[in-house]
Amino acid sequence: MKTLKYFFSSISAITLLFMSVNVANALEIEYWQYTYKSRVAAIDKLIENFQANNPGITIKHVNFPYADYRKKVAIAISSGDGPDLVQLYYGWLNDYRDGGLIQPLPKDAFPHSEIESNFFKMVSSMKVDGEYWGLPTAVRSLALFYNNDLFKEAGLSGPPETLDEMVEYAKKLTKTDANGDYLQIGFGVDTDGQDHHFWREVLVRHFGGQPYSDDGQKVNYNNAAGAQALKYLTDFEKTHKTGSNGFMNRGQDAFAAGKAGMVLDGSFRISKFNKTEGLNFSISELPGHNGKRYNFSSFWANAISSKAKGEKKEAAAKFLKYLTSDEAMQVWLDTVGELPAKPSVALVDANKQHPQYGPFIRGLDYATATTFISEKPQRQSLIDSYDMVVLKDMSPEDALAKVSKKEQELLDDFFGN
Amino acid sequence: MIRNFWENLTLNQKLAITAWIFLAVPIIFYTTIRFYPTFEAFYVSFMKWNLLGTQKYIGLKNYYRIFGDEDFWIVLWNTIKYAIIGVPISLFISFIVAYYLNEIKFGHQTIRAFYFIPFLTTAVAMAWVWRWFYQPMPIGYFNIMLSWVGIPQQAFLKSVEQALYAIMAPAVWAGLGFQIVIFIAGIRAIPKSHFEAAEIDGAGRLQILREIILPALKPTTIFLVVISTIGFLRIFDQVYNMTADSAGGPLNSTKPLVLMIYEYAFDTYMLGRASALTVILFLLLLIVSLIQLWLMRKPR
Repeated sequence: MKTLKYFFSSISAITLLFMSVNVANALEIEYWQYTYKSRVAAIDKLIENFQANNPGITIKHVNFPYADYRKKVAIAISSGDGPDLVQLYYGWLNDYRDGGLIQPLPKDAFPHSEIESNFFKMVSSMKVDGEYWGLPTAVRSLALFYNNDLFKEAGLSGPPETLDEMVEYAKKLTKTDANGDYLQIGFGVDTDGQDHHFWREVLVRHFGGQPYSDDGQKVNYNNAAGAQALKYLTDFEKTHKTGSNGFMNRGQDAFAAGKAGMVLDGSFRISKFNKTEGLNFSISELPGHNGKRYNFSSFWANAISSKAKGEKKEAAAKFLKYLTSDEAMQVWLDTVGELPAKPSVALVDANKQHPQYGPFIRGLDYATATTFISEKPQRQSLIDSYDMVVLKDMSPEDALAKVSKKEQELLDDFFGN
Repeated sequence: MIRNFWENLTLNQKLAITAWIFLAVPIIFYTTIRFYPTFEAFYVSFMKWNLLGTQKYIGLKNYYRIFGDEDFWIVLWNTIKYAIIGVPISLFISFIVAYYLNEIKFGHQTIRAFYFIPFLTTAVAMAWVWRWFYQPMPIGYFNIMLSWVGIPQQAFLKSVEQALYAIMAPAVWAGLGFQIVIFIAGIRAIPKSHFEAAEIDGAGRLQILREIILPALKPTTIFLVVISTIGFLRIFDQVYNMTADSAGGPLNSTKPLVLMIYEYAFDTYMLGRASALTVILFLLLLIVSLIQLWLMRKPR
């Protein structure tokens, strides 16, 4: 029975060890985000900087795959565990607030007037019930990536400036074999990627609409503007034949392989394309229409979890203050490639004229952030309506009537209407 | 103290305690990880719950909403299609392979291993390889091969009509190895004397197959039918990994019940509705299993 004794004694030793670890390091706070190489590197660097200036506080950086992120955060905080400071997608704010997972930012450390004068205007979506619930380090917008070599070969000198030009350019950039199968696409819609944002916040607005009602509770694209926007997007595949949805799996893969003339994507894709050997590309602002330009922006915000109390809350606020400082924003831009959330950092000439970030940063000026209640099922609206038009030959109007009904049900469920 | 307690026990008591300590592991595992959540799902299916907030009792509303949703019926039909088309095809192929594989001596082990490897391969990796096979030219192998023989390109995963079968193919393929091995074992378990007697009586190959092998394989076949029916009714990995955005598209044409449950639970966080769907899937699987028990019952 000696083995059994060893077994019991080692168990008690392990238990003691765990207890002692919990007692030590009283002022350690946890920061949670999802795993993405450059984001992890950026936070590690920011933690290092912060700890050097705040010797009393240690920050434990926890990250795990995006697929599990939301579940884990919700479960951890509601069981009194988990992060003190947490990253959340701006579209989840309502869920997190309703679930009591986060608390309002302390007004003394983050005066509202300061937030409102210092940050870009889409950050106001973090203000609910008179309180700010989180702040971003960085924001995102969309731009047009185009392949210089393919443009040159097609006799095109610069990026398309208007939606109509974009169609013309796409046609010129497309190559097919004798059977009409694509060898190279001019512009292929990729409903799996960022194109649903392009449709919702850019095209719908260009054609005179507004995707949702002001309070975000009503679907508002089931009309002529929405249909025109969907027609514009589906025509690339259906009428102009400049590419197919998901050609070479994803738009970004086709572009990286040098088989697509143009692709729409966010600034976070720059580093991938930069690392792609032999890819010679440029970036421009999204094409305009009738002299107007629109863009879509989104961001991840940092919020203080409801678990942080007392000195941990103070420490969390302090770190958040640093995360939203000019210095942190520049670090984030240089490491992750996401755009600073404050005009004072973003709109300095060096950033604004930057050949790669510049178009994104200029786009922030006229960008809107969609108030999603849940991005994935709402993206499904475009994926499905696109397929209905392209695969089932439905009219854009009928397709939108169908998907908007479904999306409205989702909104009604969420808002309890 | 523990030591005193332990030493005062009789040997039989000690043996019993030791046995129970080991038995406790699966018992605790099954009750907390398997059974408890199963019962919880029944309970949650009457609730409105978004995982974060409190649960609110709403009666049968989740079920009403599911049955009133046209997508549910599409998804249910997809699920049934996976089973009623996938099962016969996979059993037919695996029986043919097993029957002939059983007859050859040379390379038997190697060929059997080739058939078995897909069964051991991670479904995710396999799904992605097939996803690339199905791509249009210039990267999709299937379309490249079609172009060699002058057949026009097929949309495969991007077609509302073909996508379900395109996803079913790797699922069938992955299951073959297991079924072949079971069939071979079944054939080998038939007493040699039956074959010898048949040969003496002058029975042909077809007669032996029809009169001896097939009847003797009835229990094996029923077992495989049930196992693979349940497998196809729970299909998920292939669809999740082979469709754009893991959405079971295009236009829900490939979405099975399990994926719909997953979406309700982890995309829209409607845990109540997801649980209600789980209950529906549970009942479906229960019916299949009961039919199995009924078919396998011993003749009295």
